[in-house]
Amino acid sequence: MKCSTELAAAKVRRGIVEAVYRAKSGHPGGSLSIADILSVLYFEEMNIDPKNPKMEGRDRFVLSKGHASPGLYSVLANRGFFPVEDLKTFRKTDSYLQGHPDMLTVPGVEASTGSLGQGISIANGMAMSAKLSGEDYRVYSIIGDGECEEGQVWEAAMFAAHYKLNNHTIFLDFNGLQIDGDIRKVMSPVPLDEKFRAFGLQVLDIDGNDLNQIRDAIKKAKETTDRPTLIMARTVKGKGVSFMENEASWHGNAPNDEQYAQAVSELDAEIARLEGVEA
Amino acid sequence: MKCATRESYGKALAEAGKKYPNLVVMDADLSKSTKTDTFKKEFPERFINTGIAEGNMMATAAGLALSGKIVFASSFAMFAAGRAFEQIRNSIAHMEVNVKIGATHAGISVGEDGATHQCLEDIALMRSLPGMVIINPADDVEARAAVMAACAHEGPVYLRFGRLAVEDINDENYQFELGKGVLLKDGTDITLIGTGLMVRETLQAAEILEAEGISARVINIHTIKPIDRDIIEKAARETKGIVTAEEHNIIGGGGSAVAEVVAETCPTRIERIGTRDKFGKSGKPAELLEEYEMTAKHIAEKARLILRG
Repeated sequence: MKCSTELAAAKVRRGIVEAVYRAKSGHPGGSLSIADILSVLYFEEMNIDPKNPKMEGRDRFVLSKGHASPGLYSVLANRGFFPVEDLKTFRKTDSYLQGHPDMLTVPGVEASTGSLGQGISIANGMAMSAKLSGEDYRVYSIIGDGECEEGQVWEAAMFAAHYKLNNHTIFLDFNGLQIDGDIRKVMSPVPLDEKFRAFGLQVLDIDGNDLNQIRDAIKKAKETTDRPTLIMARTVKGKGVSFMENEASWHGNAPNDEQYAQAVSELDAEIARLEGVEA
Repeated sequence: MKCATRESYGKALAEAGKKYPNLVVMDADLSKSTKTDTFKKEFPERFINTGIAEGNMMATAAGLALSGKIVFASSFAMFAAGRAFEQIRNSIAHMEVNVKIGATHAGISVGEDGATHQCLEDIALMRSLPGMVIINPADDVEARAAVMAACAHEGPVYLRFGRLAVEDINDENYQFELGKGVLLKDGTDITLIGTGLMVRETLQAAEILEAEGISARVINIHTIKPIDRDIIEKAARETKGIVTAEEHNIIGGGGSAVAEVVAETCPTRIERIGTRDKFGKSGKPAELLEEYEMTAKHIAEKARLILRG
């Protein structure tokens, strides 16, 4: 099972590169950085049914950093919510795969996001709803580190702690880069761990590209009864494609033909290696 | 009986809470003023205070609605439609969720609090959002009926309430129909179209005109979107012109909505009463309405202006 999630993450990355290359636009860097978190959530953790996306009592996921839609679409496609082939239509005029996640058109997308700071509040609302009606589903969200420059993230953090939303687990994709460069140089939101802790959340500091650390953090979050948990996931922007790693320029750029070929060859090799391990 | 429509809002929420077990009310630290505290007393477990964070309230409301709740999110019109506009656009209207925005303290009749709190732009903002229903009730009966209609309607609704106590126009037998204008008085010379607090002023203006031998039709447009095109087109065809009256900037509000319908169906002369591209100021509501030329007397004068040709 553990090996298959690793393989899933590689396939999710392959889908991200395909989608962004075909669209000639989109956000590969921050999609690749969260591929491991998404794969653990969708392939191991969450109670969901790709055949019944609106299943009652399902766990919910909200991508607050909605520009990482290629990551969300790729994990949904690879999990069976819609054909992987459709990723090639991303951002095209007749496609249901909108530039930013659209809950009205994409099976499995729980909320339309992309305007930063709002997804974390929407996820709080879902968690609050479960508390009000005594339902036991869990809510997961991913926010960006640059997104933490939005005041609404802190309004939402205050709310989550005040109403003791222990059923909401927030991943912070701490890759250190935003469009204009290093987050510390653009408008430093750090120290993020101390800030969220001061706002009343449990903060766990992990390597966000390490599947076992992601699994352990989720387990700890689920065991916590009095507070929401923020998992500060230290990730590598562009993870898995050598020339995209740790480069802010890959925040919102598509690869050209040559770069696409190189990315595909790296990811296909990784997929073949992992398939070999499983066989 | 005199009653502020915000009082009606609070009472209606408490009623609706009995009928709809999945109804949740949110407020951003203004529950004593918006009157959502009336609901809070009845159903404390279904009342959520977000503190002074309106943007967060709107997006959180969306999450609650996506999970099966009917949500009323309340604040002053200025901070609901104004500050949280983008959250209402992206997290409520674009997702078509079942959130009702209960906006109180709309218009210049807020009075003493002054310009920062007198929202005269909310109708323009909300009208521009696809799918948003806008209701601006005129009195207690209509306000309570509007809340129940909003509950029954699946999707986003913006409800506009006032701070000032107003006399009843409708009796208890009044039947509210979403999207339908109300013919309050028939007439053949001129049509006066009011919304919210200004409906009463249009009725008084009709009396002034009637005394001068001018037959004025009076229509209450409580639902500004979707607007009742038929009743407006009919008025444009059957009378010599239309005067609109609202507690809002004349740019983008109910008067603009009426003018659009008239321009598209049966062009005729229109005069609009409202704030004339100005901010408000502190003062007694009645004095402000007088200073900004928004009383029955001013409506009647605009009617005469049209009839003089």
